[in-house]
Amino acid sequence: MSSTSRARLGEEVWKLRTDKINAELVTLTYGSVVAQLCKDLDGDYAEVNKQLDKMGYNIGLRLIEDFLAKSNMQQKCANFRDTADVISKVGFKMFLNITPTIVNWSSDNKQFSLLFDENPLADFVELPDDGKAQSDLWYSNMLCGVIRGALEMVQMSVDAHFVSDVLRGNDTTEMRINLIRYIEDEMPQDDE
Amino acid sequence: MFLFRLRSSRVFSLAVTMVVYAVLILNKAGGLIYQRDFNPGLQKLSSNDYLILAGTFHGVHAITSQISPTNETSSSGLEVLESENFVMRCFQTLTGTKFLIFAEPRQQNLDVVVRRVYELYADYVMKNPFYQIEMPIRSEGFDRHLTSYIKPHQ
Repeated sequence: MSSTSRARLGEEVWKLRTDKINAELVTLTYGSVVAQLCKDLDGDYAEVNKQLDKMGYNIGLRLIEDFLAKSNMQQKCANFRDTADVISKVGFKMFLNITPTIVNWSSDNKQFSLLFDENPLADFVELPDDGKAQSDLWYSNMLCGVIRGALEMVQMSVDAHFVSDVLRGNDTTEMRINLIRYIEDEMPQDDE
Repeated sequence: MFLFRLRSSRVFSLAVTMVVYAVLILNKAGGLIYQRDFNPGLQKLSSNDYLILAGTFHGVHAITSQISPTNETSSSGLEVLESENFVMRCFQTLTGTKFLIFAEPRQQNLDVVVRRVYELYADYVMKNPFYQIEMPIRSEGFDRHLTSYIKPHQ
């Protein structure tokens, strides 16, 4: 499947097969989750990042089935470049109606970055002015977990983390995704 | 316009005659997580036998996907099993979950049915936050929607 037909598929699923809900409800729900975590964990932003990632991971494990059922994808991606293309053009398109740009491929084709021109989760957000949040909190960290969880279900072990965020005053919002390995079918031990 | 109506009524009559006997769902380890009969026609098994059936099928499927007569490196494995009295369609998702549908012989559009069952599973099973992944499915919503999808097909 070519890159343009993936873009068309993402558009089609978003338009015809996705129930839409109010964007403010999503933004506010996500915002209150993050704010409550910050409060509960007493401003330990490293821990907040970790919890957000964990929640995202649990979402990803489930969301992948919805993704596969709705997008009707039956072919495995031939390589990690295809996977990146599908994540951006079909995955993000159908769930958030955005298409992050894929940039900065590593020479071994195992690492790339997603550049978010817009981020529906972070609309209206300004990080707290406590001297720590700006440097420690990755506000949209749940997205990393979602990608990690979803890819794990289709036999890819990846690491995903943000490297910059406009909320922190950076010029771009960039997520780095690193393929650790393809998970092979686990064969039972030879017990002859 | 007339042609369109003609065609749609044909599709409708096809659907009307479809009889689905049973639906089974296997998790990626080959464990049976869902089994339900919709119409009489299959032999009843004990719950232990269903587990054995699922495990055996999982093994056979693994073998058929390894031993492929074509040059392709990966095969989807066994997809259709036909006998005099029933046809079985297996659909394995990319996550490794298998959906088995048993129906009357010579059913043509079982892959459409199996895709729809997968969509219902994605919605009513996976999106239930209290459902534990890979565990047996006990979901009233899933049962209800599955019944209302499959039953009118008779």
